Amino acid sequence: MSWGYTINRARDIDMDRNDMTISKLILEKIPSLQGCIACGACVATCSTGALTKYSLRKVHTLVRRGEYSGLLDELNKCMLCGKCQLVCPRGINTRAVISLIKRELGDHR
Amino acid sequence: MNKEVIIIGGGVAGMQCAISLAEMGVKPTIIEKSDKLGGKLNDWYKLFPTFTSASEVLNPLKDMINELGVDVKLSSEVTKLEPKSVTIADGTTMSADAIVICSGFEVFDARLKEEYGYKIYDNVITSVDLERMFCEGSVQNLDKNSPSRIAILHCVGSRDEKVCQTHCSRVCCVAGVKQAIELKELYPKSEIFNFYMDIRMFGCGYEELYKEAQIKHNIHFVRGRISEAAQTIDSKIQIKSEDTLIGRPLKMTVDLLVLMVGMSAGKSNNSFATTDGINLNTSGFISPKNIFTECVSSDVDSIFYAGTVTAPKNIGESITEGVAAAHKVAKFIKL
Repeated sequence: MSWGYTINRARDIDMDRNDMTISKLILEKIPSLQGCIACGACVATCSTGALTKYSLRKVHTLVRRGEYSGLLDELNKCMLCGKCQLVCPRGINTRAVISLIKRELGDHR
Repeated sequence: MNKEVIIIGGGVAGMQCAISLAEMGVKPTIIEKSDKLGGKLNDWYKLFPTFTSASEVLNPLKDMINELGVDVKLSSEVTKLEPKSVTIADGTTMSADAIVICSGFEVFDARLKEEYGYKIYDNVITSVDLERMFCEGSVQNLDKNSPSRIAILHCVGSRDEKVCQTHCSRVCCVAGVKQAIELKELYPKSEIFNFYMDIRMFGCGYEELYKEAQIKHNIHFVRGRISEAAQTIDSKIQIKSEDTLIGRPLKMTVDLLVLMVGMSAGKSNNSFATTDGINLNTSGFISPKNIFTECVSSDVDSIFYAGTVTAPKNIGESITEGVAAAHKVAKFIKL
């Protein structure tokens, strides 16, 4: 019997429980990502972001906190046009970052 | 020449002002409330952004003061200020042709932000405590061989109307980055998280230091202000914040929480401001005559300022103002 009630999962980012293994691996392979200053230039110029909620700034920050759920689907929206790479003030190779995160999260397509 | 110039405060600004005046032939008198020259710099370990020892800045200034024979009155607190005289705590009144106020700032009292638990929990310390621990060579409860997690919280006592500190203290951003690097070098296995609202790297070499902290030392930066800290059963500190770039609450347990305490207005500013022509701004710092063209002058002809008495400044800026104030004084007393 359904009473129409559910238990909400806690929304917090639990840094005591999150598994940082993939996060650390990604930073080790592309250390320039550590230099992100969250300016949002990548999102501002993004063609995908113009039409969907896709945000590389947010996806990358989620990876940095060990929150991987749903990220592969998000990253699959990216068309790898590379405009974000042109505008990044810290010179991050964003296309390499996107490909690497996808690979590490199990995208073998 | 018998012109008397009194300098209130013997920190870097006061010492530089005295040196510049002495070099122009005046014999200034420094009145310092503590028992030594140098001010807060005596308690700092290394300076941003170059990791220069504080003593490398302080000792040449102290040597020059001695060489030039500047009159220094230590352990003397000014109790009364008038346009042409000052009275110190023992009741002595000294007359002067000009007075330069270089009385500096106070470190923000982190106990006022009770939610962070300073002086309540053992593993919550301030950036000033950390400088002292660096001078001593080790940081409490951290082990060089085992991993630890450290959080550094920026803007404690800055940009916070709840504690009447509406201003930005400016230097804590880069000081927090500097201390993060120093902690990482001392404890290479540790993970360090800087919680910030904005990172303001205004000085030469500061932004480069920020990038070095990110790339070379892998310091993590989380955009959010910690809302509260609580002690866990094993004496660690659990902190709560919002990760504003993700838009969700975040919690984390750390071995040490460092509070980057800001610069508050000097305690003596209120009594100085009872003199006509000396006015305070909203955070209690003294307002100069004109922030663009008369930043070391007051509305009283014979009173001048240098250093952090008027606003938070770094060491270079304070020393520069010492020189500028000396120049204005020299012109005023018609050297």
